[in-house]
Amino acid sequence: MQQFLQQTINGLSIGGVYALIALGYTMVYGIIKLINFAHGEIFMFGAYVGMIAVMNFNIPIYLAFVIAMAVTALFGVIIERVAYKPLRKSSRTAALITAIGVSFLIQNGVLMVMGANIYAFPQVIPNRFFTVFGLRLNMLQLVIFATSIALMIILQFIVSKTKLGRAMRSVAVDKDAAALMGVNVDNVITITFAIGSALAAAAGIMVGLYYIKVFPFMGFTPGLKAFVAAVFGGIGIIPGAMIGGFAIGLIETYVAGYGSTLYKDAVVFIILILILLVKPSGLLGKNVKEKV
Amino acid sequence: MSYLSIEHLTKNFGGLSAVSNVSISVNEGELVGLIGPNGAGKTTLFNVLTGVYKPTQGKVILNKGGKSIELSKLPPYKITHQGVARTFQNIRLFKDLTVLDNVKIAMNQQAQYGLFGALTRLGKFYASEADIDKRAHDFLKKVNLDELAYDLAKNLPYGKQRQLEIARAMATGAKLLFLDEPAAGMNPQETQALTEFIAKIRKEMDLTIVLIEHDMSLVMNICERIFVLDYGKLIASGTADEVKNNRKVIEAYLGEEE
Amino acid sequence: MKNLFSKKNLIWLGILIVLFFLVQFMIDARIIIPYHRTILFGIGIFIILGVSLNIIIGITGQLSLGHAGFMSIGAYSAAIVMQYMPDMTGLLLGMLVGTLVSILVSFVVAIPTLRLKGDYLAIATLGVGEIIRIVILNLEITNGASGISNIKNLISWPLLFVFVVAAVVLSANFKNSAIGRACISIKEDEIASEAMGIHTTKYKVIAFIFGAVLASVAGSLYATTYYVVKPETFGIATSINILIIVVFGGMGSLTGSAVSAVFIGIVNMLLQSYAEVRLITYALVLIVVMIFRPQGLFGSKEFGLDKILGFKPPSLKKLRKEEST
Repeated sequence: MQQFLQQTINGLSIGGVYALIALGYTMVYGIIKLINFAHGEIFMFGAYVGMIAVMNFNIPIYLAFVIAMAVTALFGVIIERVAYKPLRKSSRTAALITAIGVSFLIQNGVLMVMGANIYAFPQVIPNRFFTVFGLRLNMLQLVIFATSIALMIILQFIVSKTKLGRAMRSVAVDKDAAALMGVNVDNVITITFAIGSALAAAAGIMVGLYYIKVFPFMGFTPGLKAFVAAVFGGIGIIPGAMIGGFAIGLIETYVAGYGSTLYKDAVVFIILILILLVKPSGLLGKNVKEKV
Repeated sequence: MSYLSIEHLTKNFGGLSAVSNVSISVNEGELVGLIGPNGAGKTTLFNVLTGVYKPTQGKVILNKGGKSIELSKLPPYKITHQGVARTFQNIRLFKDLTVLDNVKIAMNQQAQYGLFGALTRLGKFYASEADIDKRAHDFLKKVNLDELAYDLAKNLPYGKQRQLEIARAMATGAKLLFLDEPAAGMNPQETQALTEFIAKIRKEMDLTIVLIEHDMSLVMNICERIFVLDYGKLIASGTADEVKNNRKVIEAYLGEEE
Repeated sequence: MKNLFSKKNLIWLGILIVLFFLVQFMIDARIIIPYHRTILFGIGIFIILGVSLNIIIGITGQLSLGHAGFMSIGAYSAAIVMQYMPDMTGLLLGMLVGTLVSILVSFVVAIPTLRLKGDYLAIATLGVGEIIRIVILNLEITNGASGISNIKNLISWPLLFVFVVAAVVLSANFKNSAIGRACISIKEDEIASEAMGIHTTKYKVIAFIFGAVLASVAGSLYATTYYVVKPETFGIATSINILIIVVFGGMGSLTGSAVSAVFIGIVNMLLQSYAEVRLITYALVLIVVMIFRPQGLFGSKEFGLDKILGFKPPSLKKLRKEEST
């Protein structure tokens, strides 16, 4: 029981990170039906920006969060405008292949600029442990968990309570109708990318802090897992991504804790294939059949 | 026993009933029209008949050669193998393929070889391919599209595309055709040509045809019996004149009088 | 028989014989040095991979991102069998084992995943590729992360040539048959295809298995050419490399894939020491091609003899003439 609770705590903190990344996938998918394959790389980019801010400029960590989120948001917007916007009318396969190209490009771009070496993210949050009810809690885990929850609450507020959020929801339902109602669709799409990228940057820094390592290929596996999380919850549905993120985090941690660490990655993909088969629309999704 | 019998067919989407308790019988060789205002459930009915949707209730039975086949239990491709084919409201040709290939794909069932034969070209491969090629050309000649055999389907004029789609459906060997708004988007001349085309192929190939149409001139001209759907329900049936003077039909199209 | 020895086939046969002896002569005369020969073999292997992925993506329209997984099945099968039988029999037996395993795996994978559409399928196949890699990484027989080395090097120009030609010819035969037409119709419009009586799932599965088997054969050749196999070689990056070959060569153009594999192989050799620049360029080209020419550089056109020799699709005049005679 003790161990189970401990695993649950570990699972929730990594799950929060997955949820943040998954939100980026889900928001973009919800709005332009594109699997932004490069989202994992945006996450990696955010981790680098945060690390450079802390390591090279001695910026305090909370400010580094803000800077990394802003820079990465801008980065996400540039990607959208340059690579994805021209493809809005083409086939989804073409868009997906482009996204793969963008992913490849960012990965190798960072590789070229920063080199293949693995950087150690400065340990700016003291790795203190304290014991509550016999459970070992880690300061860092708490910070990560609290930050991801806070960001999700802010996002939820933006989407459900603001004018921008309403515009986003309307574009997700019907782009053309939203445009007719005076919504600037292009701007909404751009802002969606900005928000998704900012969340990924926050997740990137947290993963950097948690696992200490920052390297060019760090985005691939968490990116895929977050995508699985988004699908699990129902892609395009914001609360779905949050639930999915925590679910994947927990499942993965339990498998690693009770089964084999080596197979924990494989389990995530098996889950993906199972969901796609049983309920491709995900936990919270509705089935939509192609119009004939 | 009628050739095609639709028995108490209902199709619900969530809480919405797109088709409710519709029963229709079609005799062999008949040309039947299905009309109704927009959203009356005509296309949904077609989709159930051709296996794209499974009915919520009721069944569709095809009686041929003394056998009863329950179509509503089969997937679309097996329904096609039973000699039933369709066209689509928004033309679904294989646009980037030639007219000839469109027809050959419909004739795929006739290939006399399997994967091994295809890969090694041993056995009946060449003979079978030559045979399909010849049949496809013969067929195109019959429907007056042979001159366009090597043109890409997407480069055909609109009217010819509609015609090719019907031809392609027949090339599957179908004896029962469902045509979903074959005259949609056509000018009167094109509609006239299409009307003649349908009448001609029907006679020459002993077809039974059910068509959805908005163009009343086409429906009234060639359909022997007409069924009228409104809000998913069958509200009238009969000959053109009977339907034309039916009060329910007039109300459905023009709205009820207060 | 008449069809088999048609003018066109005989000319192709002539071209192949000349190509074979020309390269063989260049190898014997040391015009192609061993270093270039290894690159040549690599190109051959990637021709098979490109053509086989094109069957799945370009012909059938199913975006698969797990091709390297099937390649690894063939590579490891050959590597393992050749530990016990380090000779040609071992290689061929390993290839056979790889073929059987990949038929089994691709069948198990295909039945459920091919029900998915577009992007979902892409991600699911990517997941399958990763699962295969993780399993290999954790199995004892595959020797985990360090992989298997000291595989007997049995590759030779004749051996490679036979397999590449066989793979391309079989793929072309696949495409130009009723089965190929069924697959193309699925890519064009799956709903219409099903309405034409095509059992779409069956053909998607056939295409997927066919592609997987060829990838596995290419993997076996890879093992004996480079005499080392490691799980990391068969990751997503390799799947994407193969995808790039298909996109450059044109979706649906088998000859395009072959030409593009040769082209990319040569560019890779020339830019050997600029790995990052090379990969960045590929990524950029992938994006630009998708934006401006989503059907791939050469589209679905095949490089054929028809144009060169003046074979045209039989014109109507000719058809009418045939009729009257």
